[in-house]
Amino acid sequence: MGNDIQGIGLGLARRFAGSKLAEKSGLRRPAERLAYLSTRTGFRLAGSLIKPKQKAPSDPGERLPNSREKSLFDLSLTEEQMMIRDTVQSFAADVMRDLAHQADEQHTTPDDFTRQIQDLGLSLFAVPENLGGAAQAYAPTTSALIAEDLAWGDFSLALSALAPVAVANAIVRWGSRQQQEFWLPRWLGEAPVKAAIAVQESSPLFRSHHLGTRAKATRKGFIISGTKTLVPLNGEASLYLIAASLNDKPKLFLVAGDSKGLHFESRPAMGLKACGTGTLTLDQVEVDSAALLGGEHTDFDYQSFIDLGQLHWSAMAIGTCQAALDYLIPYCNERKAFGEPISHRQSVAFILADMATEIDAMRLMVWRAAARAEQGMSFHREAMLAHLLCSEKAMKIGTDAVQLLGGHGFTKEHPAERWYRDLRILSCITSGLHL
Amino acid sequence: MLNLETPKKFRPLVNQARQVAQSVFRPISRKYDREEHAYPVELDMLAAIMDGMNDGTMGEGAGAGKLKAEKKNDEGIVNSTNMSTVLGLQELCWGDVGLSLTLPRQGLGNAAIAAVANEEQLKRFGKKWAAMAITEPDCGSDSAAIRTTAIKDGDEYVINGEKIFVTSGQRADAVVVWASLDRSLGRAAIKSFVVEKGTPGMELGRLEKKLGIKASDTATISFNDCRVPAENLLGSPEINVEQGFAGVMQTFDNTRPVVAAMAVGVAKAALDRTHELLEKQGMHFRYPTNMARTSEIEARLYRYEADWEAARLLTLRAAWMADNGMPNSKEASMAKAKAGRTANAITLGCVELLGAMGYCEDELLEKWARDSKILDIFEGTQQIQQLIIARRILGKTSAELR
Repeated sequence: MGNDIQGIGLGLARRFAGSKLAEKSGLRRPAERLAYLSTRTGFRLAGSLIKPKQKAPSDPGERLPNSREKSLFDLSLTEEQMMIRDTVQSFAADVMRDLAHQADEQHTTPDDFTRQIQDLGLSLFAVPENLGGAAQAYAPTTSALIAEDLAWGDFSLALSALAPVAVANAIVRWGSRQQQEFWLPRWLGEAPVKAAIAVQESSPLFRSHHLGTRAKATRKGFIISGTKTLVPLNGEASLYLIAASLNDKPKLFLVAGDSKGLHFESRPAMGLKACGTGTLTLDQVEVDSAALLGGEHTDFDYQSFIDLGQLHWSAMAIGTCQAALDYLIPYCNERKAFGEPISHRQSVAFILADMATEIDAMRLMVWRAAARAEQGMSFHREAMLAHLLCSEKAMKIGTDAVQLLGGHGFTKEHPAERWYRDLRILSCITSGLHL
Repeated sequence: MLNLETPKKFRPLVNQARQVAQSVFRPISRKYDREEHAYPVELDMLAAIMDGMNDGTMGEGAGAGKLKAEKKNDEGIVNSTNMSTVLGLQELCWGDVGLSLTLPRQGLGNAAIAAVANEEQLKRFGKKWAAMAITEPDCGSDSAAIRTTAIKDGDEYVINGEKIFVTSGQRADAVVVWASLDRSLGRAAIKSFVVEKGTPGMELGRLEKKLGIKASDTATISFNDCRVPAENLLGSPEINVEQGFAGVMQTFDNTRPVVAAMAVGVAKAALDRTHELLEKQGMHFRYPTNMARTSEIEARLYRYEADWEAARLLTLRAAWMADNGMPNSKEASMAKAKAGRTANAITLGCVELLGAMGYCEDELLEKWARDSKILDIFEGTQQIQQLIIARRILGKTSAELR
């Protein structure tokens, strides 16, 4: 083991130490920072609870600024991005890879892992500085890099780690001020937050704009009924962001995990075993008017919300495909058949060449869409095409990875069969994540 | 910082190239496809414009004539000649690949000269239209096996051999010829020489009749005791066994992204026209998130477009790396491999989608489907690109992974 979790956490803390917030408060050590944040957010939480409830939650919330429009074509990462990558990559290699097999077998994400992810501070970087976090600008390209690197460690564990971050991202991007002040402090405390986005339903030919889950407006708020599938975190989430149709328009609702009428039932799937997928049923769940994400009159854009989710999945697919390639190269160089390494055969080598080419293409497509979002440009077409390419190529790479390992690839002695199962999710789910 | 949009400063150039493609190439595209080997006189007028584009704003043009790997400097990231060239050629080839290839003074030989020539040679050959002669009757992809020889005799080299598939071999003012100084020393002895048209001993043979890019002439040239001045050798005359093939091969790092850009251009032409024709039939392209209820035709076009965009970005990356002095052999091959196969698949696929309309000569779609095939062959076939990529990622020599 190289870096231990403390060291990795400190890596991210370095970035915090350079931020305005740390400067203002004169705090440098991570322990002090956490203590400070939990106190500070504790006050905020108390404050928001005392506030009169009847006020409509429609004041626009805190929005992270877009970067200015760039004039050069540029594929170089910022120093900050390289530093974050270093940290996340060593975490993926040193911690996640070792846990992946057992987590898949046992259908659980170890609590230790969840705590380590919390210490890594990812959620801290989702929350804007003004709300107590460390984010200074809207940075979907950085989020995509993090997703790629975590999924290099393991796809399913990465999903467990990123599902709550995605909820925070969505609240930051679309929530009203009141919703942000009420919910976001949970991501700043010491205990890991469990939260998940639930859009996908199990009907065949499901389309994210035609939801079976319905919300009805009442005097106090809304009543929501419907069923969601492939919801992660084994029913332990304290908060769900649920898509439901309100007056025939798709909307999102913040629903507490312990709401009456909300039932989670474990339903394992082909892959994503470690994150504990299941069915979430809403049986006449009553929520107050503050539950509608962004309120009635907002900048909420359902299509962009969906696109950012598909991009997040795509970024994860890149990481797992890269992991497969990185695993296959030494294997094909060492494995001998007919007196020489199998990599000396074009039928093997060309599959690897195409794999490398398509992974780079996937990455460039995701980067382009994310960079457009980052600069406040339209990105629907780019996100859709990126996801389409990633869905097709990820499955091809997953299946080629098993094929190149031959019979060994079919056994659980190698991770290829897990990648094969996990990567199939790309074209089977809409949303659930959010850059 | 990540940004994958067309650089602002090149947008006028892209637009200019598109205008040329639209107003000059498209109207004569079918004419020169039918009249193979007829010289497209319309291009003489255009050559002057192209020179203007090359010498004008920022010295960057849409042709392949000014390619050069930049030395890394301290000024940070730049977008320069390689980027502007692929952007411009993509647009020109949206108009017509054959005509783009026969643009005076924009030959691949010019790219070779720009990549390895010294100051003195640049002065002598910089303004000449140069073709590239590598392939021989008995060797194609295996360019280390070429038999043409160049034997030093006093202040001259004496060239003997036969070259085929020389693009613009008839029309160009000069030919860059690959020949061996000493066949017993293998690939390290292969050097390139500029042979000017009219040099005694250089003889033009037949012109090929081809599947596509008919507007561009493809010639056979033979050399019989053809004498060229010693200073026409490009690069170093030393036979460096360590460096091997590297000297002459480095041209490809710059020209492969250019051919990839051509593929991206012709594929876009087919996609655009297919969209246009299907929209007239009431089909709309709204890029739905879930394609479960999308028609097969529409879904296929989205898949084509995703592959096209991927090829385009890989091409821009290879050019960006060359502009910034980063080694890009692997990335250049990735761009060429992806763009070559994608352009061929898209242009042929669009013909299939449109059926009889795509197949008939009333539309240019069938022509694009014929033109595109060469882009997956010249400057290294699909399989050669895969070999290069595979050797790089696996850490194999050309002796191990053949």
